[in-house]
Amino acid sequence: MSRTLKGPEEELSPTLQVSKVSESVEIERPTEVKDIPPAKLSIRNLEAWFGTKRALKGINLDVRENSITAFIGPSGCGKTTLIRCLNRMHEMTPGASAKGQAILDGMDMYDAKVDPVTIKRRIGMVFQKPNPFPTMSIYDNVAAGLKLNGIKDKKLIDDIVRESLEGAVLWEEVKNELNKPGMGLSGGQQQRLCIARALAMQPEILLMDEPTSALDPIASSKIEELVHGMKKDLTVVIVTHNMQQAARVSDYTAFMYLGELIEYGDTKQIFENPRMELTERYISGKFG
Amino acid sequence: MNSATLKDDHQERRKKLSNLLLSKKKPMDRAFFGIVLGAAGYTLFLVALIVYAVGDGSTEIFSYEGLEFFTGTDWNAVYGREAFGALPYIIGTLVTAGIAMVIGVPVSIGIAVFLSEISPPRISTPLSFVIELLAAVPSIVYGLWALFVFRFWIVDLIEKPLYNAFGDWIPFFGKTPFGLDVFTAGIVLSIMIIPIISAISRELLKAVPDTQREAAYSLGATRWETLRIAVFPYVKSGLFGAAFLGLGRAVGETILVTMVIGNAVGVNAIPTSLFSQSQTLASVIANEFNEAASSLHLSALIGLGVVLLMLTMAINIGGMLLLSRMVKVSPGVRE
Amino acid sequence: MEKIQQEKANLKYQLQNTMERKSSRKRKINKLVTILCIICVGLAIVPLGSILFEVIKNGVSALSVEFLTQRPGSMISGRGGIGPAIQGTLITVGIASIIAAPVGIFAGIYLAEFAGNGPLPHAVRFFNDVLTGLPSIVLGIVGYIVIVLVIGSFSVWAGSFALSIIMIPIVVRVTEESLKVVPNSIREAGYSLGIPKWKITLHITLKTAFSGVLTGIVIGISRIAGETAPLIMTILGTSLFFTGFDDPVDALPLRIWRLASQPYDSAHAQGWAAALILILIVLLFSVTLRLLAARKGFKVRVIRYSNV
Repeated sequence: MSRTLKGPEEELSPTLQVSKVSESVEIERPTEVKDIPPAKLSIRNLEAWFGTKRALKGINLDVRENSITAFIGPSGCGKTTLIRCLNRMHEMTPGASAKGQAILDGMDMYDAKVDPVTIKRRIGMVFQKPNPFPTMSIYDNVAAGLKLNGIKDKKLIDDIVRESLEGAVLWEEVKNELNKPGMGLSGGQQQRLCIARALAMQPEILLMDEPTSALDPIASSKIEELVHGMKKDLTVVIVTHNMQQAARVSDYTAFMYLGELIEYGDTKQIFENPRMELTERYISGKFG
Repeated sequence: MNSATLKDDHQERRKKLSNLLLSKKKPMDRAFFGIVLGAAGYTLFLVALIVYAVGDGSTEIFSYEGLEFFTGTDWNAVYGREAFGALPYIIGTLVTAGIAMVIGVPVSIGIAVFLSEISPPRISTPLSFVIELLAAVPSIVYGLWALFVFRFWIVDLIEKPLYNAFGDWIPFFGKTPFGLDVFTAGIVLSIMIIPIISAISRELLKAVPDTQREAAYSLGATRWETLRIAVFPYVKSGLFGAAFLGLGRAVGETILVTMVIGNAVGVNAIPTSLFSQSQTLASVIANEFNEAASSLHLSALIGLGVVLLMLTMAINIGGMLLLSRMVKVSPGVRE
Repeated sequence: MEKIQQEKANLKYQLQNTMERKSSRKRKINKLVTILCIICVGLAIVPLGSILFEVIKNGVSALSVEFLTQRPGSMISGRGGIGPAIQGTLITVGIASIIAAPVGIFAGIYLAEFAGNGPLPHAVRFFNDVLTGLPSIVLGIVGYIVIVLVIGSFSVWAGSFALSIIMIPIVVRVTEESLKVVPNSIREAGYSLGIPKWKITLHITLKTAFSGVLTGIVIGISRIAGETAPLIMTILGTSLFFTGFDDPVDALPLRIWRLASQPYDSAHAQGWAAALILILIVLLFSVTLRLLAARKGFKVRVIRYSNV
């Protein structure tokens, strides 16, 4: 898939103009699904800027509990910006800002009273490139979040480290070398270490920003399997530019284009029977 | 354990942790910011303190001598006949630093060119280590070496031959040399400033994109021509900046100069030839500070410090501006 | 027609001829420049070689346990040692680094992690560079006015204060540069775990940049250990061992200076030996630095800050 589309303002050809779905206040909900799980995270009129450039235009979307939601779309469509808004990481970039609502279990995380730091303790994140802490051992990488948040119970930490590494399907590979540096692992192992590091915080939601884009196919498929297994405990949001990946792992898919949410629904429906022409064109590889 | 209890377990732990985690307050973030801001503020405070201290310490002399402090040539601390003029020392400072620049700058640029353009890394890596060592030698050791060893080389190899050949008819060389003079001081200073100028110049040359060089080479230019047409124009202001920083160092160097310049006082410190004894602003301060005869004398020495401060600040800021036009402050690797 | 062709051929021949001639001249110039550059390198290396040679040759003979531990004796006899000078250097430099290292590190953290591009960080960077370039003797005067005159005695405090002003800007600059090299993704990983910023900065970012920061401290220490000028009017120098922080102490560079200004050969020999000790101390630091740099693969433009 080519990644030529740059920014929201560029290359907006008239034929790709669609009705501005997301500007209506009507909420996008997954369609054609029986037993829709409750919403874990409700996004309402979320807007994001880099300086004066608007990167997200009024996003409305419900992330369903214990499910996997994928954000897809061409490069620069705002999917990474959106996921970074979901734990208030976006605004840590100098010059970046966001407004709107993201309601986590009834609490709006963009409320002025909410401390962005505590939000991140409830919502884990895995990044594009594996980024283990370079000076820390495998054990310390996983334990870092707990230790640096003031948890001192050694037994509890030990248990959680093991559990998290098992949860990230890394335990068997590293159980005898927990004191070796995390940077010594292979790329795929490093990424799973980062997943374990996030899991150790017992997050309610795990945000994954193109977690396999820097990995080879075998390592990628391991992560995909792992993600699939995680949803019984967690709600997962995953950004991917790989449509097959979205189709394979996710329950719900949101297609974004130029900072707007074009279509959101059951993954099967999105891939087999998209409602929007633009979605269909993207899915069928006509652009993107 | 079946999966249901496992899940309960998980939920329970999550709750336990959440309570622990969410109860944390964050006054420490603000305190930490206060600490780092305080440290940054302290550096600004230091600058203010320096300016205030030397300003305060020199008010006595400036109210006694007025502007004549800058133009006077007498330097006398004897009670009742006090006269303090900084001009000879200003001249001495500029002359020695000038000699250091005339020798040090071309040699430094030659070294930089050799290290970055000519020699293979196999040679340039250890060589640049050696040059760095030159920078690590304390100036007092340079002074010791200059006083007991190098000065005799200068006398025998350079000064005497020059004096014998031209001394009779060119006043510039007209003074029997014995090695403790502005010429020696200038040369030793030039050795001291070589590491700094060559290191910055080398960084600058390294920063020139290879495409620049390739373009010149592809036209059939030799290495020298490539340097002349493609490389030097690119780094010219940066090289000036490097030279300025070296000059700032040479002007402010104290102990080494004190040991080899001959320590002439007052009007005698105005060099009349290359082989004259003299003094610099810094060396007078070092020589007389602990023997100051009166508070006026001390204030005069601090006044010399004021002149020195202004001189080096002007030179260094000039050099920084020239360099900053060249090397944009690297914002670092972000992602 | 033929004539034109003839002329063209002629022209081409001439052009080639001149280019050939020129190119042989070009090659000669090129060679000359290369030779000149090599001479420049020689001009820098010869003094270094000579300094090391003389210091070792003249210094080793005066070295002894007595010399390293005793108080200075009479200048003529050549007896006694530099014990107080070594002790004084360690104390003065030690206190200066205890002041300068934290201040420098925290100010560097401010610039790299908190400041951004406002007017205040600009001012801090600018004046930090200004501080770096100030002559050390002026800082000695400041130490004299601010501390010696206030407490009424030449003292360790005054010397350490003056030396700390030399060291702080070096540490600030190197710390900032080292922190900026830490990839932002590391910080983001910390943020994503809900760790407070101060802990991320101290436990993750600073730790990652630690070898760089350490480099800055080592550069600073080896720089101030060799300073003479600011000590003249702050710690004064004495032949006694340390008696208190409010009293004068000795220091190696000062002792070398005093020894060198004596008219006696025995004093000069002691001066060389003291210089050998000073160089060993400074080199020890430099070599440690090199090893650190090699081990961590860390490269910061070290020399630029070690010199200015």
